[in-house]
Amino acid sequence: MSETGSPKGQEFEHMLGQSDKRVAQFDDRPKGLVEKLQHMLHGNPTLVPVIVLVAAIVVFGLVAGDRFFSPFNLSLILQQVSIIGILAAAQSLIVLTAGIDLSVAAIMVLMSVIAGNLAVYMGVPPVLALAVAFAGGTGAGLMNGFLVTKVKLPPFITTLGTWSIFYALNLWLSGAQSIRSQDIDKNAPLLKFWGEGFAFFGAKVTYGSLLMIAVFLGLWYMLNKTAWGRHVYAVGDDKEAAELAGIQADRVLLSVYGMAGLVCAIAAWAAIGRVGSISPQSFYEGNLQSITAVVVGGISLFGGRGSILGALFGALIVGVFQSGLRLANVDVLWQVFAIGWLIIIAVAIDQWIRKVSK
Amino acid sequence: MMRKAALLGASVLAFTALAGAASAEVSACLITKTDTNPFFVKMKEGATAKAEEMGIQLSTYAGKIDGDVETQIAAVESCIAGGAKGILITPSDSRALAPVVGQARDAGLLVIALDTPFEPADTADATFATDNFLAGELIGKWAAAKMGDTSGAKIALLDLNPSEVSVDYLRDQGFLTGFGVDVKDPKDIGDEDDPRIVGNDVTNGNEEGGRTAMENLLQKDSGVNVVYTINEPAAAGAYEALKAVGLESQAMIVSVDGGCPGVQNVADGVIGATSMQFPLLMASKGVEAIAAFAADGTKPQNSEGLDFFNTGVTLVTDEPVEGVPSITSEEALHQCWG
Repeated sequence: MSETGSPKGQEFEHMLGQSDKRVAQFDDRPKGLVEKLQHMLHGNPTLVPVIVLVAAIVVFGLVAGDRFFSPFNLSLILQQVSIIGILAAAQSLIVLTAGIDLSVAAIMVLMSVIAGNLAVYMGVPPVLALAVAFAGGTGAGLMNGFLVTKVKLPPFITTLGTWSIFYALNLWLSGAQSIRSQDIDKNAPLLKFWGEGFAFFGAKVTYGSLLMIAVFLGLWYMLNKTAWGRHVYAVGDDKEAAELAGIQADRVLLSVYGMAGLVCAIAAWAAIGRVGSISPQSFYEGNLQSITAVVVGGISLFGGRGSILGALFGALIVGVFQSGLRLANVDVLWQVFAIGWLIIIAVAIDQWIRKVSK
Repeated sequence: MMRKAALLGASVLAFTALAGAASAEVSACLITKTDTNPFFVKMKEGATAKAEEMGIQLSTYAGKIDGDVETQIAAVESCIAGGAKGILITPSDSRALAPVVGQARDAGLLVIALDTPFEPADTADATFATDNFLAGELIGKWAAAKMGDTSGAKIALLDLNPSEVSVDYLRDQGFLTGFGVDVKDPKDIGDEDDPRIVGNDVTNGNEEGGRTAMENLLQKDSGVNVVYTINEPAAAGAYEALKAVGLESQAMIVSVDGGCPGVQNVADGVIGATSMQFPLLMASKGVEAIAAFAADGTKPQNSEGLDFFNTGVTLVTDEPVEGVPSITSEEALHQCWG
């Protein structure tokens, strides 16, 4: 470039001075309001569920009135979503790697049955029973992970299979019979710890609700502030690129499935407190409800995009909708109908936001 | 290897069939929905014991899960081929099994539906089942008598699921009828306009659903004092919800089933009263009916005014009321299933 402009230069070089000197840059023509919004949402994918959550609370507050807005009702919503919420945290981990886990609820129920049988019927100390359940949950998750990474089965098929396997084991172990609340109180009250709580300005806050929030914050920290978390996002976004960058993708995936299994076992403990008894027939659709929370929370099913906190907001949105519709005397049938639309709209918004990068 | 085993199995089957024919022994089949549900386990126990007592050779089959139609069809075919005199079956699908049941009847077998009727009910020769409307009515009457003046009742109804299957509306509407509420359409849950009803919600028949549904209805009206539940697991969940807000002594819970944990909950004061059904009796009566049919061709008759044979329902409570016969939880613990 130093010779540019010299009088001895070639013909075309005279023209160089008049050419566009700008380097590659983004097109910053003035954007419409909608486009600005689209870009903002692309940068902050959790914003949508937060906006929807706040809007839903306001709308149902207006429609259903004081009963909805009471501290007690709001804390009740938190209690009611706590188990699906924790499952949704596990589900988010898998979905961030572009997978899906149909077995989360089955792992949870199986682990609660195992812990219950050991502690209530076989006299094993509750702490030990829970340790077995945690190990079992992690093992079940690792089994999914092994089938996905080593046997190379698609996550959907893998967990479709293990869902049935874990469910069958659960029925076999429990004889399809619940362990009664009174028997747990007598032999292993520790199992029901997360169902207890304290009153707080008219609200009833259970430890289980707090546990759900703690699980989300813990996982959020791991995903965003540790190398492991970066690797999870990288593998989810583009597995091959991550491998080329030196990440051992299969190992990361295996750890993600193991972690999800552990979170399911934590959910199992919380569920005993929440339900009161150990019920092998409960949460049969928990896997689908956890996927709903994840999707409504704006986590992309294509992997690598979205914040795990979105799933928390997703679970809360579903809870707020159900509570609000109920208090507005809407039939159960139409509550199911509304949740269905919520899912479709959430995914449609996600698709629209993704267009920014095209 | 597999083939050899199969051949061996087949020849053993053939041999037992021959042996059966030689000693003129009557054979029968029991086909349940699953082998895991305590209700069906008890049913199998009842049938096996009765068959042994009467010298009937009983083969038992079960689907893998509720809704496993293929396995049940294969089981019916095996029974026809095996020369059974009759089949006792809890159909996993009230309609899908009709053709194969038709084949069995054409082949001269007596087919009795247990617990779950076919659609239409006359697909089988007879149906032995619980009168679910009566089961509801008994707990409704008990609750009303217990309360005395029912004008201040605030009723929460914890039903099964949004599809409103027959067992769901029969128990719900039976309860309301027994309690003295005008049910309007007896096949429709929730069309009542009696102001004493706080609301309906669904439980999926398990503890988690029972708890959530109870919490929801308490949000509508915290004064709920009568709680109807579709089954005992839902009742246990409802109790937990009441206990969490300290209202367990304000409301009485009634239920249906007679499973052992449920009866234990009556003893512990969690459930006020429950209507017990008798899976064991369904099966043993069924075996008797097949024996009678094999002897002289008589077919079982339906109970009067019903399109099935009522195997009975008994109220279980530790607080009996006048005019509603009942047994105590202690007596019931000897008869409960599961």
